Amino acid sequence: MDEKLIKDYSSPGRKGYSLPPLDVPEKDLNAGLGNYLREEPLALPEVSEVDVVRHYTALSEMNYGVDSGIYPLGSCTMKYNPKRNEDLARIPELTQLHPYQKDDQLQGSLEILHDLKNYLAEVSGMDAVTLQPASGSHGEFVGLMIIRKYFEDQGDLRKKVIVPDSAHGTNPASAAMAGFDVIEIKSNERGMVDPAALREAMNEEVAALMLTNPSTLGIFEKDILEIADIVHEKGGLLYYDGANMNAVMGYVRPGDMNFDVLHFNLHKTFSTPHGGGGPGSGPVGVKEFLAPYLPYPVLSKSEDKYFWDYAKEKSIGKVHSFYGNYAVMLRAWAYMVTVGGPGLKKTTENAVINANYLKTKLKETFELPYGEDSLHEFVLSGSKQKKEGVSTLNIAKRLLDYDQYAPTIYFPLVVKEALMIEPTETENIETLDRFIETMLNIAREINEDPEMVKNSPHTTVVRRLDESQAAREPDLCW
Amino acid sequence: MDYISNTDQERKEMLAAIGVEAVEELFSMIPEEVSFNRPLNIPEGISELELIRNAQKKAAKNKSMTELCSFMGAGAYEHYVPSIIDHLISRSEFYTAYTPYQAELSQGTLEAIYEYQSMICEITGMGIANASMLDGGSAAAEAVLMAARISRKKKILLPDSIHPAYREVIKTYGVNQELDFKEISLTGSKLDLDELAENLDNQTAAVVVQYPNFYGSIEEMEKIQELMKKSKKALLIVIANPISLGLLKPPAEFGADIVVGEGQSLGNGLNYGGPYLGFMAIKDDRRHLRQLPGRIVGGTSDVDGKKGFVLTLQTREQHIRREKATSNICSNEALNALMATIYLATMGREGLKEVAAQSYHKAHYLADKLEKLDGIEIVNDDFFHEFWLKTEKPITEISDKLLEKGYLAGVDLAQFGEEEGLLLAVTEMRHKDEIDNFVKELEVAING
Repeated sequence: MDEKLIKDYSSPGRKGYSLPPLDVPEKDLNAGLGNYLREEPLALPEVSEVDVVRHYTALSEMNYGVDSGIYPLGSCTMKYNPKRNEDLARIPELTQLHPYQKDDQLQGSLEILHDLKNYLAEVSGMDAVTLQPASGSHGEFVGLMIIRKYFEDQGDLRKKVIVPDSAHGTNPASAAMAGFDVIEIKSNERGMVDPAALREAMNEEVAALMLTNPSTLGIFEKDILEIADIVHEKGGLLYYDGANMNAVMGYVRPGDMNFDVLHFNLHKTFSTPHGGGGPGSGPVGVKEFLAPYLPYPVLSKSEDKYFWDYAKEKSIGKVHSFYGNYAVMLRAWAYMVTVGGPGLKKTTENAVINANYLKTKLKETFELPYGEDSLHEFVLSGSKQKKEGVSTLNIAKRLLDYDQYAPTIYFPLVVKEALMIEPTETENIETLDRFIETMLNIAREINEDPEMVKNSPHTTVVRRLDESQAAREPDLCW
Repeated sequence: MDYISNTDQERKEMLAAIGVEAVEELFSMIPEEVSFNRPLNIPEGISELELIRNAQKKAAKNKSMTELCSFMGAGAYEHYVPSIIDHLISRSEFYTAYTPYQAELSQGTLEAIYEYQSMICEITGMGIANASMLDGGSAAAEAVLMAARISRKKKILLPDSIHPAYREVIKTYGVNQELDFKEISLTGSKLDLDELAENLDNQTAAVVVQYPNFYGSIEEMEKIQELMKKSKKALLIVIANPISLGLLKPPAEFGADIVVGEGQSLGNGLNYGGPYLGFMAIKDDRRHLRQLPGRIVGGTSDVDGKKGFVLTLQTREQHIRREKATSNICSNEALNALMATIYLATMGREGLKEVAAQSYHKAHYLADKLEKLDGIEIVNDDFFHEFWLKTEKPITEISDKLLEKGYLAGVDLAQFGEEEGLLLAVTEMRHKDEIDNFVKELEVAING
């Protein structure tokens, strides 16, 4: 640890804030609160403003963001987060708003949200959109609850959801949280859903199949209409995991592939920053027949007025205290307006070019277990290197020594020693070439000096951390 | 304006390296019958200047707190936000980072989360906190699910004195796990203790209490703690307002098993309801820890024995445990938690107490003045910084009149479909003149 904890800056009596003096008569706290008055003083830090600024600046220097360099995390879409969108999400008249202010005081904001909903519906080919879910997995949960409620309404209680073994971990977790039993189906030798296996698993007890297309291997499911038919013929619904939306904008829409429900990740395809693990935003889009089940309130428009409709007859209910992550939506709106319809298509094209360029340059040195044409991301295996005794984890750690973030590793589970790489469209050719050169260099190092690679990272503020110690002897607060 | 760096020439070179002539070839695997063959019906892109102009035009249609003086609360509070918070979270190494998967390159985020967890433990009195939940309502819902898993029971006692939106969210989550919700009525502005006692038995999974409650009142926590002895299994979940804990006893002292709440008031702006952050803390109990949802950061050491931080106890989480995970939560509210961390550090030992005390004194100053007016009843006996006012006059009429004078008069309770009246919150942001004028205008609106 290069930077001590904030509490270790404490000096008794030191202060980092100032408030105006109390300008109303003081009440007797003992009389008013009696037994509920805190007895022990809070053991919070006693630090100055400069202490706080220096400390968190030092912490930021021990971090790496998209602004620091390439961030090729597969399925995470770590693209550049435009600065102007940050400014926009700080305009006081757009943000200093209380969630219980009346609709007629907020027409500007509601117009923005309404436009955003329409844009998302257009990109995805869906009919109705809710912005309420606060993250991607929150969106999955909402989508699955909508499906559950729909079947309940039909008097057709379906308890199962099918999830491919290549799916994001949130898919089965969200299905379980929405009260479904999860059936996992194996991918075929192409890494895709096997229509035969699906046909076998599919029956009248299955509420939905969750799928992302392209899959987590970045490969487009060509048999998508056949798959949709297999599911729909048995009365089931098709759920689209929108984490991979960056691959398809302007080329193909989930709605046109006969998906019934999807979620978006505004913090992926629509460029809002990840914040070190949130806030995100996970709007959900549905086809018309599922619109009555969306969480309430639903943003609506009547003549020229925007308003929240609290009708909840068929709605699944509320999933957020208010309307979702509004300030994240502002940024996503700004992105879509700035880039525009043609720009979104160009975005997808460049994301796919960048990924294919990396794949072309790396596939000789690292194994490419699934050789099908891929879109915005691809998955390599470190299995050749593993034979030299160097694991994918070691390769990832060695990348950090070169001041570059590592790809997603050991996912999807269908690839051994997986390195899942998604460069996004905002990286330029020099950055990509540097990443390629580094990866090839690491492959050489593995031949020449495997121990050095196994012991990486060497240059980071801390070296390899002991994760089992952390789990064995939890040290979770000071 | 797009954000693509490569030029047409560079793209050409890359396509050649890939072995195709045109970009469309890279999409040739998409079958014709599903491909999208018209331009997206979204306007052409615009420049930065046009974007800001467009946004400002929209902004001008809003009425914000730049022009209005607010007495609104009900789960979203206008508190003083020290200027340094926005400066520090705008360090792009923080806000443009992903979840700290590669710990060695993410020590800043990880150490800050460790500090966050520590300070949440400090204010709640609990032993372990997670790295944040999506918001107050969903944190409460996840606490209920967690209690049901630990107790292996289904009955949840959910008093009407809890925020109505939180109750809705809790029920939305709970219905999937077939939980059985029993509402506990309101007596005055607090939960009915007799009804709670009647319903609390060995089938109870959890008692949920808000502290201070939705109406601003402080529930009789000691009596509730006593009642909890009626059940061996039931867990006590306390939904706490973190600012109030600067002044009030921490929920741990009343035997809370899980403490959750909305962390917005810790250095986060109002932002029309989000992004906010839910906090969640539990006792230092291994059995409960295994059921805790969300990310957790722990201290450890590196190969040279140097101290560092990692995401830990991940076998509870979706990316490992899949359908058997304690929750589906993945992205949480890390940047908002960082804001809360910097807030708690900056305000520190004295500051949180002072904010809480000023809010208390000012809210009581307003209530004392209002109580003297004709035609107004204050329902609460005791409260922290928020209270429930009743009057014969329709609340919408009062709100509209006060809006004309530049005030957001409070939250109209009728919208929740349970009670009538106005819920008023006062924080350290309101000065005496504003309160005095507000009282005058409110009197005119009611009696004028």
